[in-house]
Amino acid sequence: MSKDNQAMEVQEQEMIENDGSERMRSRTTFIPRSDIYETDENVVVSVDMPGVNEDTVDITLEKNILTINGISTYEEPDDFSLAYNEFEVGDYERSFRLTDRIDRDGIEAIFRDGVLKLTLPKAEEAKIKKISVKAK
Amino acid sequence: MYKTFRTPSIWREMDRLQRDMNRLFNQRSSSHLRVAPSYPAINTWANEDGLFVSAEMPGVSTQDIDISVTGNTLVITGERGADDIPEDARIHRKERGYGKFSRSIQLPFSVDAEKVEASFKNGVLNILLPQVEAEKPKKIAIKN
Repeated sequence: MSKDNQAMEVQEQEMIENDGSERMRSRTTFIPRSDIYETDENVVVSVDMPGVNEDTVDITLEKNILTINGISTYEEPDDFSLAYNEFEVGDYERSFRLTDRIDRDGIEAIFRDGVLKLTLPKAEEAKIKKISVKAK
Repeated sequence: MYKTFRTPSIWREMDRLQRDMNRLFNQRSSSHLRVAPSYPAINTWANEDGLFVSAEMPGVSTQDIDISVTGNTLVITGERGADDIPEDARIHRKERGYGKFSRSIQLPFSVDAEKVEASFKNGVLNILLPQVEAEKPKKIAIKN
């Protein structure tokens, strides 16, 4: 796990620069680690965003681009000075291009313990249709 | 005579430079340059009353975290369960790790174990570790 961890940290440090524009907030932006799996009915996206809460996470689906934005609400303690530092606090942003058509009305988002879980149901026409072959 | 004087000083200078560079990379670098990344990543703040430790561990539930303090050692253990992925699912990305973890942190003082406070919110664990009252530095007034 640790080696895998290290590789991801590097990726996390990179700032997002899609279409060359910059974010308005001058704060470190991380690419959150994500899992994606797909079943016949749904596409499920899980995103690790420690420090974000359900009110500061923003999800948009425009055409087939899913964008997840999270603003960390983590507060540094008052009257303390930093002695040792391993992680940085920042915001999260990541976009995915979805290959299937999504039923927008059925999208479900759950935020729990710093993890966002998105269940995106596939639109009826994108579902795999099984064609039964009849023997004559 | 000239040579014997000169050579050791160059090496000493090189050693010093090497030490400086090592220190620079160890301190200033972001986490990917450090040798062994440990899980969970922690940040530590200090003041005269004690320490404040934060650990990032998304996806872990409160009941799966175990914190213990003995003398001057803080141990955080826990487990992050794997997601329930249906058997017929096709996995596209798997970047998040799961499993058991344990981390012990040596503290610069003995902790008053009775007064330790811990909270877990949005995947971040915060622990307040007050120093034992008897061990706190005492100010000594100078008498005239």
